[in-house]
Amino acid sequence: MAGMAIGPIRRSFAPWNDPESKPFIEFRNVTRSFGDFTAVDDLSLKIYEREFFALLGPSGCGKTTLMRMLAGFDAPTRGDVLLDGQNLAGIPPYKRPTNMMFQSYALFPHMTVWDNIAFGLKQDGMPKADIAKRVEEMLHLVKLETFAKRKPHQLSGGQRQRVALARSIAKKPKVLLLDEPLGALDKKLREETQFELTDLQVNLGMTFLIVTHDQEEAMTVADRIAVMDRGKIIQVATPAEIYEQPNSRYVADFIGDINILEGRIAAGADGVARLECVAAGATVETRQSIDGRPGDQAWFAIRPEKVRISREPPENPGVNAVSGEVWDIGYLGDVSIYHVRLASGATIKATITNTTRLVERPISWEDKVWMTWSVDGGIVLTK
Amino acid sequence: MRRGATWFNATSVAIGFAFLYLPILLLVIYSFNESKLVTVWGGFSFRWYGELLRDQAMLDAAWVTLRVAFLSATIATVLGTLGALALVRFGRFLGRTLFSGMIYAPLVMPDVITGLSLLLLFVSLDLDRGFWTLILAHVTLTMCFVAVVVQSRLVTFDRSLEEAALDLGATPAKTFFVITLPLIMPGVVAGWMLAFTLSLDDLVIASFTTGPGATTLPMKIFSQVKFGVTPEVNAISTILILVVATGVIVASLVTKRREVERQKAERLALQG
Repeated sequence: MAGMAIGPIRRSFAPWNDPESKPFIEFRNVTRSFGDFTAVDDLSLKIYEREFFALLGPSGCGKTTLMRMLAGFDAPTRGDVLLDGQNLAGIPPYKRPTNMMFQSYALFPHMTVWDNIAFGLKQDGMPKADIAKRVEEMLHLVKLETFAKRKPHQLSGGQRQRVALARSIAKKPKVLLLDEPLGALDKKLREETQFELTDLQVNLGMTFLIVTHDQEEAMTVADRIAVMDRGKIIQVATPAEIYEQPNSRYVADFIGDINILEGRIAAGADGVARLECVAAGATVETRQSIDGRPGDQAWFAIRPEKVRISREPPENPGVNAVSGEVWDIGYLGDVSIYHVRLASGATIKATITNTTRLVERPISWEDKVWMTWSVDGGIVLTK
Repeated sequence: MRRGATWFNATSVAIGFAFLYLPILLLVIYSFNESKLVTVWGGFSFRWYGELLRDQAMLDAAWVTLRVAFLSATIATVLGTLGALALVRFGRFLGRTLFSGMIYAPLVMPDVITGLSLLLLFVSLDLDRGFWTLILAHVTLTMCFVAVVVQSRLVTFDRSLEEAALDLGATPAKTFFVITLPLIMPGVVAGWMLAFTLSLDDLVIASFTTGPGATTLPMKIFSQVKFGVTPEVNAISTILILVVATGVIVASLVTKRREVERQKAERLALQG
């Protein structure tokens, strides 16, 4: 795909922080019920032009319904969906400036690759010469020039996926909707395609909305992620914010691996959250301000890679430190995951990067160890 | 384990085929009989095929039958396809159970009852019975068969194909004709052929609903049998068998070849 430095573009791109910028896609108090079941529950969301936005959540959380309302295959029970300032209510799918890449790819089995890609352009009544030019351009973009005459069943899974992508961007829609686009591909192909998608989005200057249950996929491609649960958005933020500053146990637990310890808020200094984790037998401190009174229930969450593990006791064993015994070690090659059992019976996971080629690990099963972390390592969550 | 023919398998196949095809084989053999008596072999001859060509009444009946079968199968295919679409696509509309029950009822309704009720209807509407009432009756008879065949095709149809077409800017009508119809076409064609065959060999309903000037071939044959079978009946039956068998063989060869080509293409795709 045509090379253009995307680093500077992505680094400075943050329209959601600018109160002046106008949203490109807007969901206003949207509710969608199917009988007793509420798929989308009074949801509001703003997505900006040229943004690569991901809707992330488990199946049944309403993310697909949200996307289908934008495409026109579903309509809100209450609330409004706006695109580029226009209310989409009553506009059928074939008149909307959005195109969708389907999870099943939905390639027309009785048409060749060429005809599949040309299908949308023909509906617009584009002159034949222009259609031919655009289709060639798209085939080149997805590197399938030599496959134009094939039918979908004569293609491999990866090739079908590329045809589906080419077909959905051929009309240069204002918004491209991607429904679990990489789900059917094997891991290696998926990783490759993720980066290609990001390049493509920047080069085409389109707004992309992706629906996925795969957190890694969302983290790799998206500018911002909305984590959803039972028809509601729990958190909308950049991938780094979602990972490092989750606003709830749900988000922390959904994205990546994390240790969560229950505790009670204790009085601490300004800008420091202090928590007594009785179950872990530890006092933890993080550099953050929380809304909660001393004595309130709260949770300490820390990711395994932010836990240090050592056989030597720390200088200050009173804060951000616990001792335990190595219960199990998961060796993954690049890293090892240590499961450490505390005196209370709780288990904490710590990930250690294997920086040497020594087969014998410095810390082994049943070793007594101390685990410590910095004041910026963990986070206190109040919900 | 060897999976060849054991004596048991071979015998069951032989008995089965004999049961199915021996009567037909006899009929075909006796159509080439020189003798006027059906059951007495008098030597090989094309005599009765010649007689057939000179029998204007028989030829007229064949022509009526073909026209009725063609028209009624075509009308039934359109209506049956629409009915199948309504049943599969519109989810749970008011009266869906009643509608689906009613579409299947003619499948199990005795022909005599269908024929009689249609006759009563045509009489009370004061319709002149003949060619067109016969077509109406056959549409009634065959529509449900078409609906069942097309429905089975629609159930496995991937709806996202239609959504993709709409998404790319095709109107619902265009989507139906460009995407849905071509993809369910094998079901529609199979439904049409079934309807055509059913109309072709219907005797009971035709006897109730037709009138003078529109005698079908089965009626003609049946009435001749009453005066004693001539080998001419054997001859026309042999021709009918030949036509139907050719159709079936061609259809299955085409399907078979398509399947082979498809498998070849898939292997090609897997090799990259």
